Amino acid sequence: MRSFVFERAADLPQAVKLGAGTRQGQTDAPAQFLAGGTTLIDLMKLEVLTPQRVVHLQSPGAPWSAIEVSPNGARLGAFAKMSTVADDARVLAQYPVIAQSLQLAASAQIRNMATLGGNVLQRTRCPYYRDPSWSACNKRVPGSGCAAIHGFNRNHAILGVDENCISQYPGDFAIALIALDARVELMGAEGTRLIPFASLHTGVQSQPHIETTLKPGEIIIAFHVPAGAWTRRSLYLKVRDRASYEFAIASAAVALSIEGEEVREARIGLGGMAYRPWRSQEAENILIGNPLTESSAAAAAAAALKSAIGHGHNDYKPELARRTIVRALLEAKALQLSSGAS
Amino acid sequence: MTTLSRREVLTGGAALAAISIEPLIAQQTDGPKTPSPRDVPLHLTVNGKHHELYIDVRLTVLDALREHLHLTGTKKGCDQGQCGACTIHISGQRVLSCLTLAVCAQDKSIETIEGLAGKGQALHPMQQAFIDQDGLQCGYCTPGQIMSAIACVKEGHAKTDSEIQEYMSGNLCRCAAYPKIVAAIKQARGKMEGG
Ligand SMILES: Cc1cc2nc3c(=O)[nH]c(=O)nc-3n(C[C@H](O)[C@H](O)[C@H](O)COP(=O)(O)OP(=O)(O)OC[C@H]3O[C@@H](n4cnc5c(N)ncnc54)[C@H](O)[C@@H]3O)c2cc1C
Ligand code: FES
Ligand code: FES
Repeated sequence: MRSFVFERAADLPQAVKLGAGTRQGQTDAPAQFLAGGTTLIDLMKLEVLTPQRVVHLQSPGAPWSAIEVSPNGARLGAFAKMSTVADDARVLAQYPVIAQSLQLAASAQIRNMATLGGNVLQRTRCPYYRDPSWSACNKRVPGSGCAAIHGFNRNHAILGVDENCISQYPGDFAIALIALDARVELMGAEGTRLIPFASLHTGVQSQPHIETTLKPGEIIIAFHVPAGAWTRRSLYLKVRDRASYEFAIASAAVALSIEGEEVREARIGLGGMAYRPWRSQEAENILIGNPLTESSAAAAAAAALKSAIGHGHNDYKPELARRTIVRALLEAKALQLSSGAS
Repeated sequence: MTTLSRREVLTGGAALAAISIEPLIAQQTDGPKTPSPRDVPLHLTVNGKHHELYIDVRLTVLDALREHLHLTGTKKGCDQGQCGACTIHISGQRVLSCLTLAVCAQDKSIETIEGLAGKGQALHPMQQAFIDQDGLQCGYCTPGQIMSAIACVKEGHAKTDSEIQEYMSGNLCRCAAYPKIVAAIKQARGKMEGG
C-alpha cells in the first residue's frame, strides 16, 4: 500500500473541504473518502487506488445513518451499514427488493462494515482492473487499452459496453435503487443537491476511468426511494457461481403493481451483466397494460437483452440473463401479499 | 526487549502484560524502528486492555494485533476481505480486521479470540462446542469461525441450519469442516441463549 496522509473530518462540511482532491467522478484520485473501507482498503492494498490523502468519514451522527420510512417513501442515510438496512423490519415489509439486495451481498462481516454510500461506489471486480501488473486497462490507466476484450471475460458485462471497456458494475443494492427510481442526496462545496440515482453513474463514453457525476469533494448523504404501489410486490433474484458470498453473474430487481390480471406498473433493474447499474424500460413497457404470463415475461426479457454483446467467455450471459428476468417476474407475480395487496 | 518464546507469543503469556504498559516503539520484534512522519500515535483497547502504539498509518488492525501486540490468535488468510480468517469484534460487531485500518479502530472496543476465556477459566460455550463437535481439522480458520459464530448467534441469525450456513458464508474453511461447524454452532446456541 502506498503511503498517504490520514485525515479525520470533524463533520461533513469539513470533509467536503478536505475531499476537494477527489476529482470529478474519477476512480483513482489524489483524495479518497474512507467509509467502511471494504472497497477502498482492498484496492489500496492492491495499489489500484493510490490516494495521497484519505479522509475518514467517521460515522457522522444519527441523521446520516438513519432509516426513515413514511407513506411518501424511504430515506436511507448513506452511512447506514448494509446489515442494519437489510434487517430493518420496515424496509423488509415495504421495500423487500432493497432488503434482499443487501442481504444477498458480500458476507455478514462485510455488511457490518460497509455503508450504503460506499456500496454504490464500489469498483468493478474485473481481474485486469484489480491487478496493476496488467498494463492494459482503460479504467486504471486511461488510454492503455482493455485486456479483457480478448482475455478472460467470463463475468464481464454484455450491456452498455464498448471497445474501451467491458467491465461490469458488481453491486446489488444499486440495482434495486435504479429499479425503484431512487434519488441521491449529495453535500458539496455549493451546498446540497438531489439527483436521480440513474444519473450518478456514467456510461463508458470513451472514458472508463470516470465513473460518476460526483463533483470534487461531494459526499453522498442519503438515498430517497419514492413510495409506490409496486414496492411491496418486489424482489431481488441473484444468480451466482456459488450459493452465497459471491457476486452476481446475473441478477434482476423487479417490482410490480398488478390489478386484476393487468400489470399497472413494472420496474426492472439488471445486475451482473451491465457496465453500470441498469434499468430496462424497454422490458417494463412490454409488460405494462398486459397480463403477466410466461410468454409476456419472455418477450420483456428479450427486449431487455436486445443490445447485448458477448466477447467469448461471457456468451452464455444473454440466455442466463433472460431466464433470470423471466423467473424474477413470475416469482414476483406469485408473491402472496398481506392486506392491501396490489 | 524481553525475548518471547514462540509459545509465549502464541499463547499470550506473561510477557504480554509487560508489553502493553509502555509504548511499543522500541519493542517491536522487527527491531528498533526509525520514526517516520507517516507514523501516528494510537491507542487501542483490545480485550479490555489499553495499548499505546506508534505505528504506520497504513497498518490494519490485523497487523497491529499480530505484529505489534503479539496476539496471533487472529489469523491472516487472504488479507483481502475474502476468507473471514481475520474476523474479530469491534464494538460488539463481527468485522474483518484485514480491511480495517488501526487508526479507524481507536476509541472502540476490540475483542479477539484471546479475550473469550481467561487463563484457567472455562472456555466460551462456542469454543467448547467446536471441541465437542470436532468443528475443525487444521484449525487455521477456527478463530475466525468462532468469533463469527458467536456474533451469528447474538444477531439472531442462527435459527436454522440453512440460516447458519448463509450467515456463516463469510468464513471459508479449506478443510471443509462445515457440517461440524454448523453442529458446533447449534450446540453453543442453546448454551448462549441460556438453555
Ligand atoms: C469479498 C467481498 C465480497 C463482496 N461481495 C459483494 C456482493 O456480493 N455484492 C455487493 O453489492 N457488494 C459486494 N462487495 C462489495 C462491498 O459491498 C463494498 O465494498 C462496500 O459496500 C463498500 O462500502 P464501504 O463503506 O466499505 O466503502 P469504502 O470502501 O469506504 O468506499 C468505497 C468508495 O466510495 C467512496 N465513498 C464512500 N462513502 C462515500 C460517501 N458517503 N460519499 C462519497 N464517496 C464515498 C470512497 O471514497 C471509495 O472510493 C464485496 C466486497 C468484498 C471485499
Ligand atoms: S484475512 Fe481478512 S478476510 Fe481473509
Ligand atoms: S479447519 Fe482447516 S481451514 Fe478450516
